[in-house]
Amino acid sequence: MSHPHVTINPAFYGDSVFKIIHAEFIAPGIKRFVIEAPRIARKQRPGQFVIVRVNETGERIPLTIERSDPDKGTVNIVVQSIGKTTHLLNSLQTGDAILDIVGPLGKPSEIENFGTVVVMGGGVGTAMAYPSAAALKRAGNRVITILGGRNKDLVILENEMREVSDTVFITTDDGSYGDKGLVTDKLRQLIDNGTRIDEVLAVGPIPMMRAVADMTRKERIHTVVSLNPIMIDGTGMCGGCRVQVEGKSEFACVDGPEFDAHRVDFAILVQRNAMYRDAEKRSLENFQRDCQLEKQKASAPAEAETTCAVEGK
Amino acid sequence: MPTTHKSSNPVPNKERIKMPRQHMPEQLPQIRNKQFTEVNLGYSAELARQEALRCLECAKPTCTKDCPVGVKVKDFVQLIVDGDFLAAAAKIREDNVLPAITGRVCPQEDHCEGACLLCKRGESLGIGYLERFVADYEQQHFDPSTIVKAPPTGKKVAIVGSGPSGLTAAGDLIQKGHQVHVFEALHEIGGVLVYGIPEFRLPKKIIREQVDIMRAMGVVFETDVVVGRTVTVDELMNEEGYDAVFIGTGAGLPQFMGIPGEHLNGVYSANEFLTRINLMHAYEFPKYDEPMVDFRGKNVAVIGGGNTALDAIRSSLRLGAGNAFILYRRSEAEMPARLEEVKHAKEEGVQFQTLAAPLEFLDDGKGWLTGARCQKMELGEPDSSGRRRPIPIEGSEYVVPLSVAIMAIGTTANPIIRTTTPGLATTKKGYIQADDTTQKTSRKGVFAGGDIVTGGATVILAMGAGRRAASAMHDYLTTGNW
Ligand SMILES: Cc1cc2nc3c(=O)[nH]c(=O)nc-3n(C[C@H](O)[C@H](O)[C@H](O)COP(=O)(O)OP(=O)(O)OC[C@H]3O[C@@H](n4cnc5c(N)ncnc54)[C@H](O)[C@@H]3O)c2cc1C
Ligand SMILES: Cc1cc2nc3c(=O)[nH]c(=O)nc-3n(C[C@H](O)[C@H](O)[C@H](O)COP(=O)(O)OP(=O)(O)OC[C@H]3O[C@@H](n4cnc5c(N)ncnc54)[C@H](O)[C@@H]3O)c2cc1C
Ligand code: SF4
Ligand code: SF4
Ligand code: FES
Repeated sequence: MSHPHVTINPAFYGDSVFKIIHAEFIAPGIKRFVIEAPRIARKQRPGQFVIVRVNETGERIPLTIERSDPDKGTVNIVVQSIGKTTHLLNSLQTGDAILDIVGPLGKPSEIENFGTVVVMGGGVGTAMAYPSAAALKRAGNRVITILGGRNKDLVILENEMREVSDTVFITTDDGSYGDKGLVTDKLRQLIDNGTRIDEVLAVGPIPMMRAVADMTRKERIHTVVSLNPIMIDGTGMCGGCRVQVEGKSEFACVDGPEFDAHRVDFAILVQRNAMYRDAEKRSLENFQRDCQLEKQKASAPAEAETTCAVEGK
Repeated sequence: MPTTHKSSNPVPNKERIKMPRQHMPEQLPQIRNKQFTEVNLGYSAELARQEALRCLECAKPTCTKDCPVGVKVKDFVQLIVDGDFLAAAAKIREDNVLPAITGRVCPQEDHCEGACLLCKRGESLGIGYLERFVADYEQQHFDPSTIVKAPPTGKKVAIVGSGPSGLTAAGDLIQKGHQVHVFEALHEIGGVLVYGIPEFRLPKKIIREQVDIMRAMGVVFETDVVVGRTVTVDELMNEEGYDAVFIGTGAGLPQFMGIPGEHLNGVYSANEFLTRINLMHAYEFPKYDEPMVDFRGKNVAVIGGGNTALDAIRSSLRLGAGNAFILYRRSEAEMPARLEEVKHAKEEGVQFQTLAAPLEFLDDGKGWLTGARCQKMELGEPDSSGRRRPIPIEGSEYVVPLSVAIMAIGTTANPIIRTTTPGLATTKKGYIQADDTTQKTSRKGVFAGGDIVTGGATVILAMGAGRRAASAMHDYLTTGNW
């Protein structure tokens, strides 16, 4: 199916395109894609990501591989609409294609039998933590999972997480599901209850990961976070993804994306991620305006939905 | 190098020496420094012939001797005099498969032109300009139906990296009848030629045309493959049936100085800055999605003195920088950049602060760059590179107010291939060890060349390595002898 935002002229580029085998919203603004990418599917390890460029005028953005199927040659990604590129991506549907997907990138998660591991997923971070949680379980760990979201709809992958966890706790900011509160409140409870915790893996928004790091630092619990700096190539070539780890620059795309949470300078990460805020805002506004225009032009409402639907039902 | 060709040049040698070098037509500095279109406009056929007439047709052409791939300059220049531009192009192609590129970016003053006999009498022959002219002429008159495919040998080779070394090896090997598959990590083919060197110096169209010719010859290009991650060298050979592999992955890892403040918003590596501009078209935002911080009216400095530094600072001007500085720790005489680029940069308004280096980047308390604390230098004894060593002058510190600082202080080897290819010998600095004449590595069937072997060098040296590798690979593929 052709797509108004995606023009592909393979003559200029490589000879491959990446087909979307299946796409569906799993929560409002969060979509899961199953994409044909046999080479990547064969090599993916938990914790690794791909870099995606949707079309010829697109930027390159990193997305974690939620799972892969080496036999079918597919990888899954779970994408939350944030700005222009994620909105554009989430407007694609089954049968569409993506111009570029490269990976698997980054160091795989360190999977060992630590004992008891607490896996914490905030919002779309749950999709990023899922493959590691599954691997930790397979490695013999007791996995306690804490999932959080602003409300019930934004708690994702609950069933999948239950399959690979010994215990699952859920928190929502508004109390519409599970306990009212933050994932860190739950972690606090576990610690105060005297639960033995050998390792924490926390993936989610930066404020959440920073709060977890502050809490576990005092308790001397080794904690791993998956950082999300701005990336371009994902191979160590540009240095744009550098994060400060104990005062030293490291490249998140090759030295990470997972780092020891207690060594990360989160303030600098927040600052660097805000570097292009004005331009990003403009991009999203342009995109949404174009979508609006397209919707008005389209006579059949069904078609309007196929081009610009970004909210899942 | 004896030539059977009889020259039709009617100008007596005495007269040739007196003829002035033909000026390259170019965009006016005040116009070109606001746009990314190519600075040099190219010779017309008339100018080219005029310039070609200056060649002395030396009995022992030193120009050819100092060209890393031995382009037969005298012969192709004579063919320009004859007006047979396609034959001139074919003559260059015997030694150099990417003349449209080398004609534009070779440091000619260090090679062919630097050795040209005319130098002693005044100005060298415009060999680069002439090479570019015939290559562009050939492109305009190119007929894909003339491509002859060599009979297939049944052998398969993988080329890792699509920079000049990889493209050259691919071009040579396909002509010898092997199946050639190029793997590239990025989404576009060309290596530094597309992500590093800007449009105003080397239009991407030129690289695409060259790549299209290779496609027509049968080379298969697969982008978005990071060898070592997406597939390993061993998997290519053992599972995908490649009989030989050429590694031409370049020296793409940016270096930082390790001084305070390098994490600040507004501090870039030249690789990131140039990638945003060239590969990702940030200068065409919002048509293209890649953003860039606002350069308009700002003070911008690039640290370094090579081609990369000049490309970055001239790109900054084109993004609207108010003041554009080069901060270089030696003097202008030691700058490794091409002479033409230094000249062009000055004409465009770049300010050179030589014998100076930053000690620290300063911020506004909110994470954004506001300036650099710098130190003045003086030159001491020559170091291992033969260039005079910069020595800091005590008490010479000063502050330059800056909104953007771009580090162009060199690159090193990317470890991905090294760490995923067991048995591949590398140097202490992480470059791949390869034989000087065959480009063979320590692994049977694996060859390497270009910047990943030598460290950051030049396009023509990378091409030379690609060519040597292709020839040794052909021997290996046809004889099986390692
Ligand atoms: C290793 C890694 C794995 C990730 N995995 C996922 C995932 O599985 N699912 C998911 O929904 N999101 C994931 N992200 C985040 C995702 O890449 C960003 O949400 C996306 O790039 C935003 O792009 P945009 O154009 O929609 O938004 P923009 O409006 O451009 O940006 C919004 C914010 O996203 C960040 N961002 C922007 N451009 C980039 C870029 N090129 N690279 C990285 N971050 C950028 C910045 O913080 C920015 O302020 C991951 C990020 C990293 C680094
Ligand atoms: C900004 C800039 C300006 C320059 N200007 C000049 C000039 O004017 N004149 C001149 O002669 N030289 C110039 N140079 C130097 C010249 O460009 C390089 O020496 C030359 O490009 C090296 O060629 P190469 O084939 O070794 O590798 P590169 O051109 O570096 O190409 C290597 C390719 O391999 C790919 N790659 C890397 N790792 C992998 C992997 N694991 N799997 C798959 N692919 C991979 C990279 O993405 C890249 O595309 C300049 C360099 C820069 C950075
Ligand atoms: S390839 Fe470069 S060095 Fe050789 S003749 Fe051409 S311009 Fe000169
Ligand atoms: S050295 Fe100069 S003058 Fe002599 S053949 Fe070469 S280009 Fe011509
Ligand atoms: S994304 Fe370019 S170095 Fe990490």
